[in-house]
Amino acid sequence: MIATTGTALTPHAYLQARSRWGVIEIAFWLATLLPFFLFPNYLSLASQIAITALFALSLDLILGYAGIVSLGHAAFFGLGAYAAGIFSKFVWGEPLSGLVVAAVVAGVVGYATSFIIARFRHLTLIMITLGLGFLVHELANSAHFITGGADGLQGVRIWPIFNYFRFDLYGYTAYSYSLVVLFLTFLVARRLINSPFGLALRGIRENPNRMPAIGASSRAHIRKIYTISATIAGIAGGLLAQTTETVSLGSIDFQRSADVVVMLVLGGVGKLYGGLLGAIIFMVARDQFSGLNPQFWYFPIGVLLVAVVMFLPGGILGGLSRLLAGIRGRRP
Amino acid sequence: MTAALSTRGLNKRFGSLIVASDIAISLPRGVRYALIGPNGAGKTTLINLMTGMLKPDGGQIFLGDEDITRLEPQHRVQRGLVRTFQINTLFPDLSALESVTLAICERDGIAPTWWRGLSSYGAATDEAFEILKSLNLVNDCYRPTRELAYGQQRLLEIALGLAAKPSVLLLDEPAAGVPKDESQGLFTAIAGLSRDITILFIEHDMDVVFRFASRIIVMVGGRILLEGTPQEIAEDPRVREVYLGSRHG
Repeated sequence: MIATTGTALTPHAYLQARSRWGVIEIAFWLATLLPFFLFPNYLSLASQIAITALFALSLDLILGYAGIVSLGHAAFFGLGAYAAGIFSKFVWGEPLSGLVVAAVVAGVVGYATSFIIARFRHLTLIMITLGLGFLVHELANSAHFITGGADGLQGVRIWPIFNYFRFDLYGYTAYSYSLVVLFLTFLVARRLINSPFGLALRGIRENPNRMPAIGASSRAHIRKIYTISATIAGIAGGLLAQTTETVSLGSIDFQRSADVVVMLVLGGVGKLYGGLLGAIIFMVARDQFSGLNPQFWYFPIGVLLVAVVMFLPGGILGGLSRLLAGIRGRRP
Repeated sequence: MTAALSTRGLNKRFGSLIVASDIAISLPRGVRYALIGPNGAGKTTLINLMTGMLKPDGGQIFLGDEDITRLEPQHRVQRGLVRTFQINTLFPDLSALESVTLAICERDGIAPTWWRGLSSYGAATDEAFEILKSLNLVNDCYRPTRELAYGQQRLLEIALGLAAKPSVLLLDEPAAGVPKDESQGLFTAIAGLSRDITILFIEHDMDVVFRFASRIIVMVGGRILLEGTPQEIAEDPRVREVYLGSRHG
């Protein structure tokens, strides 16, 4: 326990302890390999979960760490998906370069819109993100000649990764690919939140009014994290386009923006792992419940969401860590 | 010698209410100023104007020789004009050490760095630790700010101000809400700050004002009534009338 050791702890040791890898973290990432052995028939689902988790991670960076609530984050996911899909259709199907294109397109649009985002807060900001989401969705819908509109983008063909790992029917390559990209991006995000910049973001979240009084340019910080978050969302969208070899309007619609907020709130906001956990719960629940009843699968999600925000303000992850702290506290 | 901070003809009104009228002050380097006046005299407004949290309707503000009237608040802080708040304006979930380290990172321009861990910047953390030590806050510096005692939070306000390496420090009622016996200790800490820092503090307790200020500015109704040494202020009949007089009947 950090708090109780008091003066015995040096500032350096304190900082290092805050960024050290915990046993649970390592166990979590090892567990992501389990689907290969335990659920080989569900690797396509596992791949979708990894992609959604990456998307949730991108939202956590702005919502959980800078306090920017976005209801239009699917705009960047969809931009990445369409960019990767269109690139593979008209240029070539090499996946890694396609992913870079997805990241750059989403990042550039994210940077352009960040100038608006950084100027507003609260309800105004939420409405702006919502509006931007609708805007991009309608653009994709009306640009039928290139996106396929409501019919979806057809004719996406992705080459094998490194010209060797072919995307197979069972999702073996898809999950491996998505998982590696998720893990690498997670490492970047983890480094980011433990950096001076990550501290500044938490400062903005905790008290935006104090930031100018310590000489901080909050808007520059917000523009930067929004651009980074959009880029990561674009990578997630690109992954979905590449692993499913199609892009539908569903990748860019409001439902996706709303779902990712739900996942993040379920898992726990501002914890990096909250989005990952939320994505797993949400996607598995959707898969299982829609198997039972394809029309009402949202019902249990709704019940879970209400229960979590009422009884577990820190999300499921927050509840788990309190439970763990309680168990540790009781031990001598 | 140029003053550390000065204003010329500063004006501000909210609708028909005049909150600052032709304010001209000049604070020499290293001097401890008290800003006193009845409630609603415009003391906090003056700090808000000087730090850029409010935009004046007219007039100029100089930090040293530089006209800072049009600068954003954060750019004034970066130039050494720093304030604290009457009502705690802290980062509840950050520890005291993190808060002060953040202020140092912003001052040194390393806050935009996202690809290196904070632990690579040991000097910033060490400096934050030293500042907290000088204000007797190290014992609780790893705890979230919201868990600190109120008096400690008031000290953390000052610590955040010091982290910006101010040349001028404006303290808006640093002892607000602190019991009288503790406020002496708080002001002793303020009195112990480097003599390179010009300090202006707002305070209502006259014992504290006369003990810790070398000069006093009296504001009434958005105007500067007068400025002088504690003795001059104490003996001035106008002050007795509008300020002390109103209290002591």
